[in-house]
Amino acid sequence: MEDAGFVIGSYVVVFGGIAAYAATMISRARRLARRVPDADKPWT
Amino acid sequence: MAEPSRWIRLHRTRAIAAKDLRVELRGRVLLNQVIPFSVLVLVLFGFAVDDDGIAQRVAPGLIWMATLFSLLVMVQRTFAVEAADGALDSLRVAGVDPTVIFWGKAMALAVQLAVLEIVLFAAAIVLFAPTLRVSGVALLAATWIVSTAGLALVGTLYGGLTAGIQGRETLLPLLVFPVVAPVLIGATRAVESGLGTTGAAVSEGWPWIGLLTVFGAAFAAGGTLAFGPLIDD
Amino acid sequence: MANAPAGGITPTHDTGTRATQVFGTLAALGVAWLCAFGLLFSPADRDQRESVRIMYVHVPSAWVAYLAFGVTAVASALYLLRSSHSLTWDRLAGASAEIGVLFMGVTLVTGMLWGRLSWGVFWTWDARLTSTAFLFVTFLGYLAVRRLGGTQHQRAKRSAVLAMLGVLEIPLVHFSVRLWRSLHQDATVARIEGDPDLDGLMLFSLFVGLIAFTLLYVWLVIHRQRALVLEDALEAHGLDAALVERRAEAALQGGGR
Repeated sequence: MEDAGFVIGSYVVVFGGIAAYAATMISRARRLARRVPDADKPWT
Repeated sequence: MAEPSRWIRLHRTRAIAAKDLRVELRGRVLLNQVIPFSVLVLVLFGFAVDDDGIAQRVAPGLIWMATLFSLLVMVQRTFAVEAADGALDSLRVAGVDPTVIFWGKAMALAVQLAVLEIVLFAAAIVLFAPTLRVSGVALLAATWIVSTAGLALVGTLYGGLTAGIQGRETLLPLLVFPVVAPVLIGATRAVESGLGTTGAAVSEGWPWIGLLTVFGAAFAAGGTLAFGPLIDD
Repeated sequence: MANAPAGGITPTHDTGTRATQVFGTLAALGVAWLCAFGLLFSPADRDQRESVRIMYVHVPSAWVAYLAFGVTAVASALYLLRSSHSLTWDRLAGASAEIGVLFMGVTLVTGMLWGRLSWGVFWTWDARLTSTAFLFVTFLGYLAVRRLGGTQHQRAKRSAVLAMLGVLEIPLVHFSVRLWRSLHQDATVARIEGDPDLDGLMLFSLFVGLIAFTLLYVWLVIHRQRALVLEDALEAHGLDAALVERRAEAALQGGGR
């Protein structure tokens, strides 16, 4: 594929960025969730 | 309802503007610090551009860039004065409508900005030597009035938003600069037409006055509505 | 199992529920499908050739960014207009803005890469591009304002007003850049005219991308919104705990005399 660097690079930026954000955000949410009683979680 | 009449509100607005201007006249911060700073910015731009022809061509933009930097300094100053001894809270406790505070402060800021822009304009003429032409004077005057109003309204609104908060010095530019970008574009193009620096005709400048007027009207309405909720805690 | 109470520790739930599991799984499937179609199955474009593959991630991320900022604006308006002033709207606005900034960031990067291939430059002063960049910066400022501190309702009101002012600002920026560029036609870059002609499979790949990214957005927003509930609860709880501690201390000192 011509311009493979640009094309693959775009996919890496997009999915890498989203994955990195999701991983940090959800692991932080898990840490917070351990310190909060279930009564304060409207979704449970 | 004991809603103060329009006349009283106008009177209070003027009283607040007069108070801010009196603070400036006593402290002379604008005269002794902000104006020298803004002229210095122009000189530094001159160093950065380092070409007489280009400097003459971009002089209108440099005037407005220097104005924007000074606007930030002035907004911070005008709200630091209020936050220092809880003056804003005292005004609210005294029953002054936030809309009145907004317009009063914006008026005082507009007067100071107007003075600063005249000095900057004169300095740019001296430093970068663009030629004045009689046919462009009305356009320059119109640009001066509508851009000053727009900048003062936006500055007051965002100054109120960040007033009395830690770290506002760094936050204010991030919030204000994207918003005033249309003023920078419009006022620069209008002054270019007024001076003819890029070969533009005077008539090409008038659409920009329309844009600047719309901008001013939008933030006049936005500020009138939003300033109350912002400073009311 | 892991959730069984042990040693007096009550079981706790994290921000995942059945709904997020469903959305997360569907989003993952959609992304896998999109990568397969975007990189392998769909053909190269006649004019844009292979670079058209960037479109399948660029356009959906731009769509999600606009969607996210739209949700922020609507949720902010609802916070301000509803008499209940529910913090739920504020948290939805905040969660959506953060995800919008993420997607807008990747949109700008992929847009520059695509622009370099199809226009020959990373950036052009086009009205849509410029106002998109301003939208990005405006929402960076919005997120900074959310972190300023104060009470939760102060935060909510301040940021909601800021989001409303953003709604005022962006059309003005867009219009002023458009007027500016239309007067300076000579400065526009030579570009390949027109958008790519999309045939069936390309259109389908783009459609898959839009669905996958929307699911991804919903999944992220649910998690982020719940994480904000936890942050707010901890903040309120932390204040309560500190007060109780302080009172106990004062009582102890008073009782000692």
